[in-house]
Amino acid sequence: MFPFCFEWAWDIGHAIFFGGFWYAIAILGAGMTYCILKAAYDTVNDKGDSHH
Amino acid sequence: MDDALIPEGAKRCAFPIFMIGIVIVGAVLLWGVYAMFLCWFKGLNQTNMNDYYGFALWIWADLAVIAVGGGAFFTGLLKYIFKVDDLKNIINFAVIIGFICYSSALLILAIDIGQPLRGWFIFWHANVHSMLTEVAFCLSCYFAVLTIEFIPNVLENRQANKVPFFHHLAHNMHGVMAVFAATGAFLSFFHQGSLGGVAGVMFGRPFAFREGLLIWPWTFFLFTWSAAAFGPCFTLLVTKITEVITGKKLVGDKTVYLLAKISGWMITTYMIAKIIDTIYWAFVTAPSMGFKLSHFYSNNGFYGYWILITEVILCGVVPGLLLINKSTRENPAIRTIAITLGVIGVCLNRWVMVLQIMAVPVMSFDTWALYIPSWQEVATTILPVAYGIILIAVAYRYLPVFPQELELNESAEAAQN
Repeated sequence: MFPFCFEWAWDIGHAIFFGGFWYAIAILGAGMTYCILKAAYDTVNDKGDSHH
Repeated sequence: MDDALIPEGAKRCAFPIFMIGIVIVGAVLLWGVYAMFLCWFKGLNQTNMNDYYGFALWIWADLAVIAVGGGAFFTGLLKYIFKVDDLKNIINFAVIIGFICYSSALLILAIDIGQPLRGWFIFWHANVHSMLTEVAFCLSCYFAVLTIEFIPNVLENRQANKVPFFHHLAHNMHGVMAVFAATGAFLSFFHQGSLGGVAGVMFGRPFAFREGLLIWPWTFFLFTWSAAAFGPCFTLLVTKITEVITGKKLVGDKTVYLLAKISGWMITTYMIAKIIDTIYWAFVTAPSMGFKLSHFYSNNGFYGYWILITEVILCGVVPGLLLINKSTRENPAIRTIAITLGVIGVCLNRWVMVLQIMAVPVMSFDTWALYIPSWQEVATTILPVAYGIILIAVAYRYLPVFPQELELNESAEAAQN
């Protein structure tokens, strides 16, 4: 799962599998971090009139 | 009693009636949970699996819920990436259905591995040559996507939305939902495909084996295509059932017609590819491995040609044609028949591609493996259904799932008053 795990090998299989896996995790993590931080910012700055 | 939680202006049944329904379905849920704990604490000897037949009934359920849950990723793709704005009226419900399907799939896998405490091994000690590893990765990540897509709807609950942070969070998540939807479509393409790929690469099982493109057998593409085609049928079917139970119109006709039409064209094109694949497999691939078509459909008490005809013609070609034709699509009764046939068709396809594969004899000394699932398998397969009913009931009662609900029922409620 991580390069420091004993099974890890720098080969194409690990690159594709874990590359895709961490890519997806990174997008989801970054997206949620952005939403949470912006929500905190909006709350502190009292932007109470947002609608969707 | 719970009026403060119910969406503003929406009419719901009395709380005691709601609770009676939850308790009845909850009893079924507990039955499934009991069977699940039996499997965990006593082991997989609670099932009728053995060394000759290693797939329990729930593996079919697992693939079936993933297929019908495909409505969430495909509707999300159309709404957020292709900007088909009319689908905004059904996207919340599609996400909830997808959430139920994928959480059920993960629960089933947790039962199937027998030792759920070792579930993390598939990530930590990943076999990077296995399509099932890819399925596990994408399934888990896509469930995270569905959770993220579901959160704004939960935060829009009347009381939760009064909390400024939750209100802003829901708003901001809607703003970047296209990113999550695109990630979900990417993940779904691969895990739906890999589930089909698992069958297609099994060269020791001539009933399943297919040729393909590079490392991907044709079943890889057919599984993704069928999930995108039939998933919306399940979304429409559950919407219809919810409308019947609640006695309300919840989604406008324009949205229903649109999703049914898209589903119809997807089914029809999928069926063309499926028929070509089946003919090539029957007359080229299987004979090249020493098998005649009749070998897969005879000399047993259950699997006959009927299953092939039912899957391809009755539950494939027929619903596809009914949904692409305007007059039949816009007829509520015929449309309901078509989407029901479609859902049965994709579930039957998963049955064939999972259970029949294992049942067909391969060696000259083999016999057909027709097994009867144990009650524990049946209970754990029904468990997700009960869980889904409860989650839909709670979501419908407390969350603004259907944006058109008030508008569509205004005149009917005014007439009642």
